[in-house]
Amino acid sequence: MGAKVVTITSGKGGVGKTTTTANLGVALARMGKKVTMIDADIGLRNLDVVMGLENRIVYDLVDIVEGRCRLRQAMIKHKQFPELYLIPAAQTRDKTAVSPQDMVNLANQLREEGMDYILIDSPAGIERGFRNAVAPADEVLIVTNPEVSAVRDADRIVGLLEAENKGPGKLIINRIKMDMVRKGEMLSANDVTDILAIKVIGIVPEDESVIPASNSGIPVTLNEGSRAGLAFRNIARRLLGEDVPFMDLDENKGFFQRLSKLFGGA
Amino acid sequence: MNKDIVSIKGINDGLLITLSTTEEWQVITTELAARLDEQSGFFAGAKITVDLGERPVPKYELSSLRALLERRGLALLVVQSGSATTLESANALDLRAVALNQPLRNAEGEPSFDPDEDGTLGLMIRRTLRSGRRVHSRGHVVIVGDVNPGAEVVASGDIVVWGKLRGTVHAGAEGDESAVVCALDMSPSQLRIAAHIVTSPKDKRRQVRPEMACVRHNQIVVEAWEA
Repeated sequence: MGAKVVTITSGKGGVGKTTTTANLGVALARMGKKVTMIDADIGLRNLDVVMGLENRIVYDLVDIVEGRCRLRQAMIKHKQFPELYLIPAAQTRDKTAVSPQDMVNLANQLREEGMDYILIDSPAGIERGFRNAVAPADEVLIVTNPEVSAVRDADRIVGLLEAENKGPGKLIINRIKMDMVRKGEMLSANDVTDILAIKVIGIVPEDESVIPASNSGIPVTLNEGSRAGLAFRNIARRLLGEDVPFMDLDENKGFFQRLSKLFGGA
Repeated sequence: MNKDIVSIKGINDGLLITLSTTEEWQVITTELAARLDEQSGFFAGAKITVDLGERPVPKYELSSLRALLERRGLALLVVQSGSATTLESANALDLRAVALNQPLRNAEGEPSFDPDEDGTLGLMIRRTLRSGRRVHSRGHVVIVGDVNPGAEVVASGDIVVWGKLRGTVHAGAEGDESAVVCALDMSPSQLRIAAHIVTSPKDKRRQVRPEMACVRHNQIVVEAWEA
């Protein structure tokens, strides 16, 4: 049984790839899994900041690939979870410093280190960085927001994955706001899947605690009260093969609606 | 040198390389490489159209053919083929795929239909076209699946979408005003027939039903599809 390589990608930037990677990494580690997260966004690294590990970086992904350090030397151990590691991206190079084959080799090395999960945070776009991130993937998670431009890019990504025989991937709809959906101002989860027609592995509600969590380097999944945090924990459980029902996102339902739901109504 | 295996000739904007449809692929690529190397540098920079006839060429073979040409400074741009497999491979590699309009023939080589009846070959695509995918055919195009926003279908003939049409389509692209576009759910971002263009009205309550678009009195009309 080797490690499962899961790549998190999106096409469009700013939809929450890095936040998703960080939270899934922490959520899987909390469930006792050995996890290594790889930041494949060479030149624009972020995952170290979101994980609160920025000041511990000595070696990075490019150092491993170019043989300047051993694999273990570039794996930064998380403060709280001893079996959660981060391999940071190089900040001073660009995507061409690594090839898709390098990424496959790296994933194989990590398998020998006895990892359960290898999470790869893909850069935005469909060029070299994307191809690097996807090359070793056993499973691809596509993050999108409920807006037309993000869905359009996700659709392109699904097409490219199909062409590479990496399957259609599974979808995470991030930052959905139910009150806007109800008013018809935002795409609903159904609108998104109507276009993309792929399996949804998670729907994450908009949550104001995500940004301060990212800024402070403590992923929101560690905040028990956060609804987004719960959504990410549910995705991690689904990755492990558990059948977790989707959460009820209608938090602001009126008393009577709740009551009618209680009695089996709509 | 064997002209039956590989033929190279100049066309208006580059070179047309026609490859044998019966010879082993390995033999063909070896012969092609030898022929190009003989003329080393003479062709460099040329835009290449490859005619693969009826041979079904999988993506990896087409990709290695492109690499073989690239190593010699030649850019493979267009793939002509009468095989759906080859056309799909070309599409997957973002090459321009041109469906050859060869008449349908039965085993004896005789036309299998009355030539008086319309019988142009089409391109059959049995999957959803996602954003960024472009399909081009000299004949008709039939898609069993959706055409998503950001995808584009261009046909000299008709376009039939057995699914939701939301991308851009251009039927009768070479000027045929009698071309039609049919879809089970017709809401293209843009629909063109010959030189006419329309966009879909943004009406959320519109009834979903099979519809057909055609040109009538010099404009595109869309009506319920009652064949």
